[in-house]
Parts: sequence; structure tokens; C-alpha cells
Amino acid sequence: MAWRRLVLVFLVGVPLVAVLAYGFTRDPREIPSPLIGRPAPPFSIELMDGRPVSLADLRGKVVFLNFWASWCPPCRAEARDLEAAWRQHRGEDVVFLGVNIQDTETGARGFLREFDITYANGIDARNRIAIDYGVWGIPETFFIDRTGRITYKHVGALGTGTIHAKLAEAREGVASNREGKGDYRSVQ
Amino acid sequence: MTATLGTASLGLALALAVTGLLAPLLARRWAVSLGRAVLAGQVVLVTAASGLLINALVTGDFSLKYVAHNSSLSTPLYYRVTGLWAALEGSLLLWEWMLVGFAGLVAWQHRRRDAELMPWVLGVFSAVSTFFLIVLVWAGNPFERVWPVPPDGRGLNPLLEDADMFTHPPLLYAGFVALTIPYAFAIAALITGRLDAGWTTTTRKWTLSGWLFLTLGNLFGGWWSYHVLGWGGYWAWDPVENASFLPWLPATAFLHSIQIQERRGMLKVWNLSLVIVTFALTIFGTFLTRSGVLSSVHAFASGPVGALFLGFLALVLLGSFSLVVLRADRLRSQPELDSMVSRETTFVLTNVVLAAVTFTVLLGTIFPLVAEALSGVKLSVGAPYFSRVTVPLFLALLLLMAVGPLIAWRKASLDNLRRNFLWPASLAAAVVAVLAALGLRDSWPLLAFALAAFVVFTIVLDTWRAARARRTIAGQRLPAALATLLGRNQRRYGGFVVHLGVVLIVIGVTGSMNFSEERTATVAQGESIALGRFALRFEGLRTTEQPSHARVEARFRVTNDGHDLGLLSPALKYFPTQQSPLGRAVLRMGWKDDLYVILSGLSPLREGQATVKVMVRPLIGWIWIGGLVMVLGTLLALWPLRSGRAEA
Repeated sequence: MAWRRLVLVFLVGVPLVAVLAYGFTRDPREIPSPLIGRPAPPFSIELMDGRPVSLADLRGKVVFLNFWASWCPPCRAEARDLEAAWRQHRGEDVVFLGVNIQDTETGARGFLREFDITYANGIDARNRIAIDYGVWGIPETFFIDRTGRITYKHVGALGTGTIHAKLAEAREGVASNREGKGDYRSVQ
Repeated sequence: MTATLGTASLGLALALAVTGLLAPLLARRWAVSLGRAVLAGQVVLVTAASGLLINALVTGDFSLKYVAHNSSLSTPLYYRVTGLWAALEGSLLLWEWMLVGFAGLVAWQHRRRDAELMPWVLGVFSAVSTFFLIVLVWAGNPFERVWPVPPDGRGLNPLLEDADMFTHPPLLYAGFVALTIPYAFAIAALITGRLDAGWTTTTRKWTLSGWLFLTLGNLFGGWWSYHVLGWGGYWAWDPVENASFLPWLPATAFLHSIQIQERRGMLKVWNLSLVIVTFALTIFGTFLTRSGVLSSVHAFASGPVGALFLGFLALVLLGSFSLVVLRADRLRSQPELDSMVSRETTFVLTNVVLAAVTFTVLLGTIFPLVAEALSGVKLSVGAPYFSRVTVPLFLALLLLMAVGPLIAWRKASLDNLRRNFLWPASLAAAVVAVLAALGLRDSWPLLAFALAAFVVFTIVLDTWRAARARRTIAGQRLPAALATLLGRNQRRYGGFVVHLGVVLIVIGVTGSMNFSEERTATVAQGESIALGRFALRFEGLRTTEQPSHARVEARFRVTNDGHDLGLLSPALKYFPTQQSPLGRAVLRMGWKDDLYVILSGLSPLREGQATVKVMVRPLIGWIWIGGLVMVLGTLLALWPLRSGRAEA
């Protein structure tokens, strides 16, 4: 009789301890983006040359959407890789779009000149787009497939390898399970 | 030098604690002597280690990593001393220091009592002490060196620079540690098989002491949160807050159900389980705060300490309950409940509800982990869950609080019920009618106020009747009769006073939860903000340089219907070591409501403007008064007024 109750003690106690132990393998501060696999929030933005562009116009193309600021060190770190990837993919059905946030216009233009950025960029002066996309630290990058669905989100600096791989996935409409992280990040 | 001496003291104390573990296996006479000797040795060594660390903090010995991280040359003396518990390693040392201190006190109190239990009681102390010393020596040594020695330390976390740093953390630790003592007695009783009433008196008193410390610790925590953290609230159901609240719940249940065991010999297994669960929850709480497995506003470092605490928790839970199960044959309760309408039943129901609160709070706290383990979903459980689930339970407790102390033992007759509850219930109904007539329509607050009134009226009626009886029998005047009553039955009337304190807290919580108003506005000099009965006129900003930070104050002239209530100056503090400024909220407390003002930002575009959040939080001050009343009631129950006589 006592042994049966003993089993009960362990049946309750062991899973409890196991769940708590499981906690060691998780990072509670890591919150996955709920946006992956969902339609990308629509927006329109005025580009640096004054042309307006809206996400709806880009339906049918794969969109590479990058949030950045000129003062952010990891943004500087990834800038050359982003431009290199753009030059490799331009002419395909891919659009690169940079969205500058939390910055001054002089700073933004200086940054584009310094890294000789040739893909489209605009300033989200009131953080409207950044808030819709839940941007918390910069840089953050979203890959959007032809149907306007977010397939991947990356927080932190990107390398060309990841860009190529995730663009290929977006082209196929394959959504990742979770967001990726660069080692190099900056908090707003 | 300090590092070597400190580590050596802790190491030596560990050796003694391990020796103490083996002591209960010796013959009883030797066991107690050895147990006492190793305990005395630990008291000396751990006190020495704590003294060394305090000295290092006060003199600024930055060759110790702990001192370099939690103190600096500009840290005021007061906060250098409190640096002892500003971070993990020091807190663990303080804990161990309190543990051996309390254990020493118990050993001295029981030098001629409970001879059979004492070897095992001392053995359990040694086991717990061994665990903490292992953690201190291997995973969180406060005497770790740093090289090269920095010229100055990092200083205390600015949020901890508050007068409550001296009260809130040590009180919580004292509560946690005091609850080790009932556990030691429970385990000793289980091992020796001496499960008669002997262990319950000591256990009850120490549980009540630990409960008092926990109550105070949580109250000071709420007060700190309210006046320092600047969000206008006092309780957020954060995992770490829950961690300090969880052991309080089964301890409260125990304080009630032990009365049934004392009186009727019932609920033995239940009471032992409550003691064990209470202790396990103190360890669980420390695990939560120190392991980093849950996200919390209390950011603590994670590391091997968490794993050690988990292992210890597993040992405590599985080991203790296995003992309970193996001793089940000796724990048969004698009588069963006689009637569904009796004091026993009410107390059992109180326990059931408290157990339900414990379970729901525990579930809500660890649910994010369970959900992620089972389905991979990340989620957080916030205040809405806890409020929705616990509010009905707390109201049920309030009802039981009114009924429990007055209803008859064994079986309450209809006459007993009518005699005790007809008037209080009618008066509570009258209170509801008045409040409704005044325009209060929400059903939850109405119910809360009604039950609160019910509790108060039952207590007043009972006390008045008893005092009147004394006046008739002994011919005393009413005040003298009341004093005699208190002296004759401290536990009962102490309990009543605690209940009145709880009622005050319920009123404060109900008022602040349901009727708060708030407004955020950006104002230029000379402009005013109106909220409720208050108006605040912005009189400008003032910047001052403090030793450790720059301080920007926004000064507001507060008026109430034209009456000047003085200046309120919420501030932002800019610390060079922090990225963003820390807010310093200000409040004006009152019986009716508190006016709470937070400076949330300064406009970079238009100089001289300030953005403030203004809140009016009704009845919140009653919470702190209620806390004070609870403490007074507990002291009334604990204080040895009648020296030399056995307690009733």
C-alpha cells in the first residue's frame, strides 16, 4: 500500500522537476516573431529620390526588407554584404528595400553614400512601419515571398550566405520555423 | 587575505556541516552534543565570513569581485552595508548566516526539551546548511578574487538605492529561513516516528514567525515597487513576486489547520505536508529567482546555482513525501468530521481554498515552461490570469474568515448560526445598500466590500459579547474587560487583529484595482493638468547634480478644489552607468486616494516641456495600514505576555 503511494509521489514530483530542468535549456527572453508565415503588414514609403513605393506594388516579387540606422554598428557591419547580395541578385525577381529608422536624414544619406548602396531606401521617420513589424533592435530583416507572406526574420547582422539561402527559400515560398539571430546586434 | 580567510571559513563550516549530517546516527547523548558543537562552530565561522565580507564592502576592498561589482567609492556607507545582499553570492551568505543563527537559537531553546527529536532536528539543519555551503563554496563564492584589482567598483544597481533595501530582502530571507525550522521538526518527527503533539507547538510558533517575516517582506516589496519602480502599482504577479508569495500560502493554511490537529487530532498528514510544501516552496522560490528559467523584472544572473537548487528541491520534495508515505500507518487521524456545518469544516474549507490559490499561482508561474516543453509555444501568463482566477478564491477566503472563528465546533445548530451571523450579515447587507445608493454598481467590488464588512461585524460582535460577559462576571469596566480578554486568549484575539488587517488590505486592493484613474499629458510651463479632484500646475524644470547621478525635477503645484496642497516634483535620474534614465515617481498619500505622478519624459524638441503620467489610486494607502495591523496582530499572538505559564 505504502509503495503504491510512493509511486504517486514520484509520478507527481519527477515531472515537476523535469519541467523545471527543461527550463535550463531555454532562454526565456527569446521571443519568436509571430510574423513568420503571416502576411506582411502593408506599408508605403517615400524613397530617398522622392518616388513612392508600397508593398502591394511589389506583389509577385520576393522582397528583402531591411530596417537600419546609420549610428548602429551591426548595420554598418552588414552593409557591404547586403549591397554585394543585391548586386548579385538584381535583375532577378527580387527587390531589396532598406527602411531607415530612428535616424537623421543627413546621417542616413551619409551612410548610403559611404557604403555605395544602390538598392532602394526610404526613411520611416515616425517609426510607423517599424512598429507594424515589431522591430525591437536593429538591424532586423524580413524576407517576404511573392504572395506577400513573411518567410523569415533575422535579428542582427546578416552575411551573404544566409541572404542567398533565405532568398532561395522565399522564392519557393518556404517559411522558416523560427527567426534567426546574428551574433552582432544593437539595441535601440 | 580577506579572500583566503573568507573561503577558508566557509570551507571549514562546510566540513562541520557534513560532520553534523552524520551525528544523528550516533547514540542520542553523543548525537546531540556533536550536533550542538558543529552548529556552534558553523555560527562562529559563518559570522566571521559575513563580517569579513561586510568589512570588505565598507572599506572598499575591490580585490574581491563581489565588492567590485556591487560597491564603489561613491556608494554611501548605508548602501555599502546593504551590498551584502545586493547580488547572488552575498544573499546566499546572508541566508546561510541567518540559517545557522536561527538554528543556534532553536538548539538553545530546546536544550532541555524534545530530547528524542533534537538529534534529527540538528541533522536537518546540518543538511540544509551543507547545501548552502556547497553552493557558496563551489558556485557562488562571494570571496572570489578579481585581477587586476580595479581602482573603483561598479557601484550598486541604482534601483537598489532605496531605504527599503534594508528591509525588503532581509525580511524575505528571514521568512524563508525561519520556515526551515518547522520543516526540521516535521522531518525529525517523521524519522523518529514521534508524531504526537510534541512537534506542533514549536512548529506553530516558528511558522508564525516565518509567516510574519514573509508578510512584512512582501509588504515592503509592494511598497518599494509602488514608490520606487514608478509604474503606480504594488504587485504585478511577476514570477519572483509569486516566488515570495507562494510559501506564504501553505504557511497560512498550516496556521489554521494546526488548530484542528491540536483540538481534534485530525489532519496530521495534511499538516505535515503543508510544512514540507512550505519549505519546498521557499527553495523553489530561490530556484526561480536564481536560475533564470523564467523571464522576470527581477533580472538575476543564471548559472550553476540554479541547477544545484533544482537538485536540492527534488531531494526535499521526493525525500520528504516518501517519508510521509512510509509513516502513513502512524498518521491515522482519529475522528472524522461530524457535520458539514462546523468550525472544523470551515477550517478545512479554508485550507482547500488556500491550497487552490497555491496551485493556481504555482501553475500560472510555471505554465510558460510547461507550455514550451509540451508544445513549443512561447507564452507569458500575466496579471489578468492571476486576477481572474484568484479574486473569487480570495473572496471565498473572506467569507470563511467571517464564519470560521465564530461557528461552533463539531456541529453548529441553527440557533448558533442565527446568534452569531444574523446581525453581522444584516449590517453587511446594509453596507452594500449604502454603497449602491452612493452609486457603486460593479458587482465584484460590492461583493468584496460586503464580505469585508461581514468580517468586521462578526469580530466586533464576538469581542463585544465576550467583553460584556466579563463585565458581568468580574465587574470590570469595558476597557479592563477587553485587556483581560486579550491577555487570556492571545491567539484568538491576535488572530482577529490579523483578520482586521487583511480586511483593510482587501479594501485597499479593491479600491485601487477598480477605481483608479490616470492621464498622460505633455505640458509647458504654466499649463495645468486636471484629474479627479486634483489640478497640477507645471512650474518648470530644475536640474541638480547628485554624487552618483544628475537629477532633473519637474515641479508641480498641486491644488484640490482651489486648496493648495504643496509641490510635487517627480524626477528623472541620469546615471552615467545606465543607458536610460531612471524615473523617480512622487506621491501624495491620503485616506481617500493617492495622487501619483511620474515624469515619463522630457521633450527634446521643445525645451522646458515635460511629459507626465498622473494617477489617482483610491484607497491604496489602506494596504500599508492593513499590513501594519496584521503585524501587530501577529505580535499579539506571539508575544509572551503571560510568562511562566503554559499556553492555552
